[in-house]
Amino acid sequence: MAGEEAAGTGHAPRASEDEDEDEDEGAYDVERRHRQLLEAVSSLAGRNRRKLTERTEASAQVSEFGVSCEGAGEKLILSDLLGPIKASSLLGAVKKQLNRVKQKKAVELPLSKREAQRVVREAAYDKTSKAITKWDQVVLQNRRAEQLIFPLKQEQLTVASIEERVTSWQARTPLEQEIFSLLRKTRQLTTDPLLTLQEEASLQAMSLEEAQQRRAELQKARALQSYYEAKARREKKIKSKKFHRVLQKNKRREALKEFEALKKSNPEAALLKLDEMEKARIKERMSLKHQNKGKWARSRAIMGKYDLEARRAMQEQLAKNKELTQKVCMELEGDKEVCVAEEGLLPDSLNEVQPSRNVANPWMLGKLSNETKDSGTQEDLKAPADLKEPESEGEEEPVLSEEEALLQDFEQRRWVRHGQKGCPELQGAGRDEELPESVSPSQAAGQINMEDEQKQEEPLLSEQLGRLCAMEEMDVLASEDWAEEQEPRQPARTEQQKPHQDTAVAEDRPRGSQTTRKTAKQKMIDLQAVLAGESCMIHCPTLPVAVQDEGGGTDQRLVIKEAFAGDDVVADFLKEKNKVEQEGKSQTVDLLLPGWGEWSGTGLKPSAKKRKRFLIKQPPGPPRKDRHLPHVIISQKRNILAATHQVNELPFPFDSHHQFERSIQAPIGPMWNTQHAFQKLTAPHLITQPGHIIQPISNEDVASQSTTSTRKAKPAMELTPQQAKRLHQHPRKKVR
Amino acid sequence: MRVKVLSRNPDDYVRETKLDLQRVPRNYDPALHPFEVPREYVRALNATKLERVFAKPFLASLDGHRDGVNCMAKHPKSLSTVLSGACDGEVKIWNLTKRQCIRTIQAHEGFVRGMCARFCGTSFFTVGDDKTVKHWKMDGPGYGEEEEPIHTILGKTVYTGIDHHWKEAIFATCGHQVDIWDEQRTSPICSLTWGVDSISSVKFNPIETYLLGSCASDRNIVLYDMRQSTPLKKVILDMRTNTLCWNPMEAFIFTAANEDYNLYTFDMRFLETPVMVHMDHVSAVLDVDYSPTGKEFVSASFDKSIRIFPVDKGHSREVYHSKRMQHVISVKWSFDNKYILCGSDEMNIRLWKANASEKLGVLAPREKAAMNYNQKLKEKFQHHPQIKRIARHRHLPKAIYSQAKEQRIMREARRRKDLNRRKHSKPGSLPFVSEKKKHVVAVVK
Repeated sequence: MAGEEAAGTGHAPRASEDEDEDEDEGAYDVERRHRQLLEAVSSLAGRNRRKLTERTEASAQVSEFGVSCEGAGEKLILSDLLGPIKASSLLGAVKKQLNRVKQKKAVELPLSKREAQRVVREAAYDKTSKAITKWDQVVLQNRRAEQLIFPLKQEQLTVASIEERVTSWQARTPLEQEIFSLLRKTRQLTTDPLLTLQEEASLQAMSLEEAQQRRAELQKARALQSYYEAKARREKKIKSKKFHRVLQKNKRREALKEFEALKKSNPEAALLKLDEMEKARIKERMSLKHQNKGKWARSRAIMGKYDLEARRAMQEQLAKNKELTQKVCMELEGDKEVCVAEEGLLPDSLNEVQPSRNVANPWMLGKLSNETKDSGTQEDLKAPADLKEPESEGEEEPVLSEEEALLQDFEQRRWVRHGQKGCPELQGAGRDEELPESVSPSQAAGQINMEDEQKQEEPLLSEQLGRLCAMEEMDVLASEDWAEEQEPRQPARTEQQKPHQDTAVAEDRPRGSQTTRKTAKQKMIDLQAVLAGESCMIHCPTLPVAVQDEGGGTDQRLVIKEAFAGDDVVADFLKEKNKVEQEGKSQTVDLLLPGWGEWSGTGLKPSAKKRKRFLIKQPPGPPRKDRHLPHVIISQKRNILAATHQVNELPFPFDSHHQFERSIQAPIGPMWNTQHAFQKLTAPHLITQPGHIIQPISNEDVASQSTTSTRKAKPAMELTPQQAKRLHQHPRKKVR
Repeated sequence: MRVKVLSRNPDDYVRETKLDLQRVPRNYDPALHPFEVPREYVRALNATKLERVFAKPFLASLDGHRDGVNCMAKHPKSLSTVLSGACDGEVKIWNLTKRQCIRTIQAHEGFVRGMCARFCGTSFFTVGDDKTVKHWKMDGPGYGEEEEPIHTILGKTVYTGIDHHWKEAIFATCGHQVDIWDEQRTSPICSLTWGVDSISSVKFNPIETYLLGSCASDRNIVLYDMRQSTPLKKVILDMRTNTLCWNPMEAFIFTAANEDYNLYTFDMRFLETPVMVHMDHVSAVLDVDYSPTGKEFVSASFDKSIRIFPVDKGHSREVYHSKRMQHVISVKWSFDNKYILCGSDEMNIRLWKANASEKLGVLAPREKAAMNYNQKLKEKFQHHPQIKRIARHRHLPKAIYSQAKEQRIMREARRRKDLNRRKHSKPGSLPFVSEKKKHVVAVVK
């Protein structure tokens, strides 16, 4: 059947060809007849015979199987092909296959070679760029690093134990071998065993665990200690006086309790404790804490007028002081009254001179060796020089009072020393003269007291004159010289001294009412002080020097005053400053043109309105920098010579001129920075080692770097490519 | 009671040995050292002046070639050895400390186009105009032996460049295509092509060693991946690129020396715009080499000068030239970051200091401290006009100077023209194009 069809359809083109070729009617007839014949033949074949479609037009696509493909571009559909097959057993499998194919989609055409390569390239590029981003972090870190040290691969120092070293070492040279053979002969230890038995035993004595334990213990102890220290420091720093007072009170109470307990249990220890307490008390007394001279005490004294509380506090303080001094007096026994009377006027140091049990303090010992005496005389030389200070700077009371106390302390000691040994009295005479001039007001009282005593003990002084020979020659000579010089002045002085207290008061008066008050008190005390019969007073031998110096000092001042008598520097300066200020002020500009818009001439004045209009006031400039500094003129003119050295544009990385100025103002030189800071500040950005090859960075370097960096700080988060791109583009600077 | 006594610890003022420096006690009270800024400024000014006074970078000239030096190679293991190839096919190995040629080989007929040393430093490769790749031993032949290469590979086309892998026994040549060779074989492992033009140089990435960059005469730079044996991307610039060099510390950064007088630093992931355009040369840039620290690079130019650029700056920090130096064809930065070598047309190799005013040799600690201090001072006051002026001042040969001036004028004219054009056209129709983007024609995937 298929064959017939094929024949039939195969004939059709031929027919069309004929049609094309022959155009005469006869040919047409033949054609028609032939078709009829074919129809007849096909009708013979059976009922199912399919009719061939008749083609009426020429077509580009001609189906061999008679499948109609009418329009150009119309696609062949599979079902069309399946139609004629119908159900036949032979073609069943084929049909199934075709059905299956029909369900599947068609495979697309393979890309052209060009396209394919492009796709591969793109994929590869993406992959590589992604792989290479792992360096982002490292690159960023290196770019931002303050300092880079090349080569990156630093050789690691490994610690090899001595044993390894020794065992790996072998004798090579003949000399070495010889020596080793000798050693072996004498059975010396060479390499094996390295340690003797004792050494090994000692090494094994402490196991690792033990050592660790011990170390931990030590660490703990150290930590505890440091905590304790820190606590103590913190407490020490607390400024609250109340806190400390309470603390001390507590301590004292504790100590007392302890002492009580000890007294019962262990009397000897208690005695020691008592000694200690005594020492503490002495220290406290020395500190001058409870005198009414401190800042606090004086403030209380002022407040006492108005405040009951303050008065009470003051009284408490006085009581304390009394108590402290009381005890000494009891020990001295004879001095009690004097001490009570003098309290507040004489520094405590005066009273301190009793021979004490305290062996630790050599100054408190009554006896002194020759050496100490010598040193004492040396100090004498210094003392008077210091003495004149207080007078010249009488205003600075609080600062000086301490110094004075110290000085008096020294003097007192000297005095005692001399008194015990019966020192020369010539100096005492000198002292007599010097005192009224050189002694500060606060000292005055005590010294006047001494004067009295000297008066009383005149014979003693003369006696001691004989001891002059015992002193060093230089001193004697100096004092003699001085005595000669002072001879004419001395009588006058002594005359003046007759009403000594009066003159002292008179001299002190200009120095301040306080001192006069003190001297007034002094009057009452003096008698008692004299009666007390304190040991003789001997004074420094070098006083004349001080006197001379002082005279010179005042002279010089006078000379200077004279020399600059005509100059009034201060007024000149003020004038100058005023002038500068006036110049700097903005001036009014008068732009008035008389005759402009109105008549002018003699006797005619421009109208007030015009004048006002053309008088231009300029706005006031910025305030002067030196407006609060009366003694300074700051020139605010721009210095052209300096301008060439100044930056006139804000440089790139800085945001504000303040920032830039700050960067410039911090010095980096060794003159302004410590050595360590200097080294840190001037550390170079890049360090290379001469003669070392710098290899390109590699993965190992990164690994080592990252381990070191993690020790310091955790690495930042991974960058996305976009971020990385931003990293490369400088935000502000444009390439020109 | 407090007794004040002078007591000094002898450790504070006694030297341990008489060779020690005397201790000078210092008082850091700022009141005692006034005017710190003016004093430091003066110091900085002096330091800058002294730097210019001592700026004598030229160290030596190695002469001996009988034709222009066309290529050079550094020895990877020895700082004192350098190799050079000339236009007459002669290869010389130099000892820099003695400043002598220690070996001469007639390697090729015609130019020695390229050369590279093996990463271990035992041998080196040369390519020449005679279409051969030759593998030579670094050490000279023994007595009585002939000077002969270990291997010779005959190719079909001329090879114009060669580079060796940084870690493996692989090298790459370029010519009509990029070939990747195993040292043991006579045929390439793979050939990479993209386009048909001749390729002038190929370089391995020193960090990610499978990456290659090449530049061809059709104005493009092509990147390759050796593992995937495929090209990756291509960027086309205004003019042809002569060579490129990878940054040894930053895996994705490379710099291309271009015929349009500029150098372009690219990030290989973002080829659309270069990271930085380095301008200053007044003629084609022929060669570029990175400092081993990756912070700077040196470029050789046809304008008879070499320049040193910081990687992140658009302009050079230093220019070296000498009266007799002609067109510089190749340049290298030594592996210890101290010296620069350049080979030029007039048959000489010149040795320069990388830091013009640096004192060579061992420095005493105090000298070093003073140097560091001066450096910091210069840095601190670098924006001050006087210091800037002195630090920036360089003498230039008249040719370069006038050329630079001319180009400045041209650039200014172009800018003005652009401005005028923009002024007289519809707003927005003429967009501003940044200098970076201006030179990139296209990126081909």
